[in-house]
Amino acid sequence: MGLFRLKGFPGTGNFRHGIHPPDNKSLSAESKVEVMQTPETVVLPLLQHIGAQCKPVVKPRQIVRYGEVVGVGRAFISASLHSPVAGKVKKIGMVTLPNSMHLPAISIKTEGDQINPQRLWDEMTAMDWPRDCISIYAPETIAKIIHNSGIVGLGGAAFPTHVKVAPNDSRMIDTLLINGCECEPYLSCDDRLMREAPKAIVTGALLAGRAVAAKEIVICVENNKPEAILKLQQATEKTLIKIAVLKTKYPQGSEKQLVKSVLGLEIPLGGLPSDAGVAISNVATIASVARGVIKEGPLTHRVISVSGRGIKHPKNLFVPIGISMGEVIEYCGGITEDAARIISGGPMMGFAFSDMTTPVTKGTSGITVLTHDEISDEQETSCVRCGRCVDACPMNLVPTRLALAARYNNPSIAIRYHINACFECGCCTYVCPAKIKLVQLIRTGKKLVAAMAKS
Amino acid sequence: MAPSPHILNTANTTQRMMKDVLIGLLPIICMSVWLFRAYAVKQLIICTLACLISEFLFVRMRGRSASLGDCSAVVTGIILALSLPGSAPWFVGVIASMIAMGIGKIIFGGLGMNIFNPAMVGRAFVMIAFAQLMGASAYENMTGLADAVSGATPLSALKFSGSAIKISELFWGVTNGSLGETSAFACLVGGLFIVLRKTASWQIPLSIILTVTGIAGITDIAGSHSGEFLFHHLFGGALMFGAFFIATDPVTSPLTAKGKWYFGFGTGVLIMVIRLFSGYPEGVMFAILLMNAVTPLINRWTTPLPMGEA
Repeated sequence: MGLFRLKGFPGTGNFRHGIHPPDNKSLSAESKVEVMQTPETVVLPLLQHIGAQCKPVVKPRQIVRYGEVVGVGRAFISASLHSPVAGKVKKIGMVTLPNSMHLPAISIKTEGDQINPQRLWDEMTAMDWPRDCISIYAPETIAKIIHNSGIVGLGGAAFPTHVKVAPNDSRMIDTLLINGCECEPYLSCDDRLMREAPKAIVTGALLAGRAVAAKEIVICVENNKPEAILKLQQATEKTLIKIAVLKTKYPQGSEKQLVKSVLGLEIPLGGLPSDAGVAISNVATIASVARGVIKEGPLTHRVISVSGRGIKHPKNLFVPIGISMGEVIEYCGGITEDAARIISGGPMMGFAFSDMTTPVTKGTSGITVLTHDEISDEQETSCVRCGRCVDACPMNLVPTRLALAARYNNPSIAIRYHINACFECGCCTYVCPAKIKLVQLIRTGKKLVAAMAKS
Repeated sequence: MAPSPHILNTANTTQRMMKDVLIGLLPIICMSVWLFRAYAVKQLIICTLACLISEFLFVRMRGRSASLGDCSAVVTGIILALSLPGSAPWFVGVIASMIAMGIGKIIFGGLGMNIFNPAMVGRAFVMIAFAQLMGASAYENMTGLADAVSGATPLSALKFSGSAIKISELFWGVTNGSLGETSAFACLVGGLFIVLRKTASWQIPLSIILTVTGIAGITDIAGSHSGEFLFHHLFGGALMFGAFFIATDPVTSPLTAKGKWYFGFGTGVLIMVIRLFSGYPEGVMFAILLMNAVTPLINRWTTPLPMGEA
């Protein structure tokens, strides 16, 4: 374990603490991306990103074309929404997303001639993505196109990408890190994308690198994805893009851990990667940047993985945003008899949901269905202060203290122990021998702290 | 909806940690039963039963549901029994167990809330309350297997009459002493098991042993004892038993790796101070109890800085 070495980078390819859960990626990692046909209806929530909700610019019964803007993000931190189908707007209703946000959503019934989604995917996986004519695009143009294409981080957090690349004189970006770690167990969509569309990622990386004027571009991949690494090495030949092969460990793909691991830098507490001169973007986001700029196509489809022992046929799928989770699960043969929990995202940080009409959003990286054997309903026992949570916390916090502070209603202790540095990766809860739901208690603690700050 | 993370490491539970400790204690139990025969069996049964019954009763008195399933009372009982002389009468074991569970643990709020190691609280109480039954003479009027077990304990002999026994006897444990402390070998085997299973920290035993080696080594060289003194302090008394099985109690030792090093160092220094400068030949119990008291402070001093906090 200790023999891991990262050459050619200031970092070690590793970070302190973290855990090694069984990755279970083999369930879906070898199935090629399949293209799902256009569904009868899509539901597009008006907030699929971090930031301000977008304003609908269509009315019920209005006819929309494929790729037409249906919601506009007017605020700086916001992103526009495009129709992934041609059809007629049914209504603007309400939906509840797995992360328990309850918000308005535009439903569109597909009508008339549709774009062939297979064509979109073939474009993505084509080998003719340009690498040389990148300089004809001015950095501002690239940023503007990213804004207009509604691109947000596809790794899960869904932060609007144009904000990261917007020209900003006060913050210089030295390095653009492209995140292909995919450290969540089960998920394999980024792995598949790197294997099947490496050229699109390279073009997107060059474009995004130009937009932020990065001196260095590094694609970061964990060493459990050898084929993706090989494909990227071939695709990046004769470019300045470097590939960092990192130790497989959860949460390697978290931005603070990634920056530490590759560059040896620490993002200041409460700061952003840009404070350390770094911009980070997920591989899928970068591929959609390439599509947005070169093919002038907005973000309407994405790759998701549908996996877990509770799914009959685990798959990786290219789906339109707005398709219902139920249709996707149905396409994969449905759930097995012993399926116990359906999760949007991976098992470490994903959200459990039960409403099958919930739509896939821009930030949905996959659906994981766990069986009864995999989820634990063991009774919580007392904390014996064994310190395993301390040894697992990648942020170097004392999770048991934070959890106790929350349990005993003591926000000032929670603040003293830096509760807001916790990004809820779940390592502490995973290792806790007393089965204490530390992360959930810490979430409660954060609310206490916020309430105290208000009063 | 069930919160994330949705998967847990099911191989690791508190109960499993307690069972690990019990497995780690097996070589020591075997050694003491082989050496002290009925005395050891009697003491182990009395203390284990008394701890289980006291835990049950005291938890009931607090109006909580019973918590015997976590095996922690069994661990306390066995460690307590192994820390007593075999000759101690039945009521010493019973009273020590009641104090251990009641004053040592339940009064603080049960498992995980106590400040002091429960077994050591119980032992300290009977040591002071029944000084005659627990003192040096308690070890001398016992008939066991080896001739050695009827004499003074190795550390008493060294301290009060300056007589040393063979180091190999000391290491294998064919000597007199409290039931579980005689064999350094058995303690090392069991101790390495719980350390390798990550049930006990490795920092605490290592730093205790290093500190004791340092202090005893210097004293040894200064008095030109040619190693006899050093090995008596390393393999004699409850050093190995205490370092691996008592000091590593997670509840009463620090949380962080750095804190564990401090804790072990402090324990080692106190053990040697008591052994060298006090009226007692042995100081493991008092050293650990004293360090238990400073554990909250050590925790406070060694709070790790979060990543990104300069």
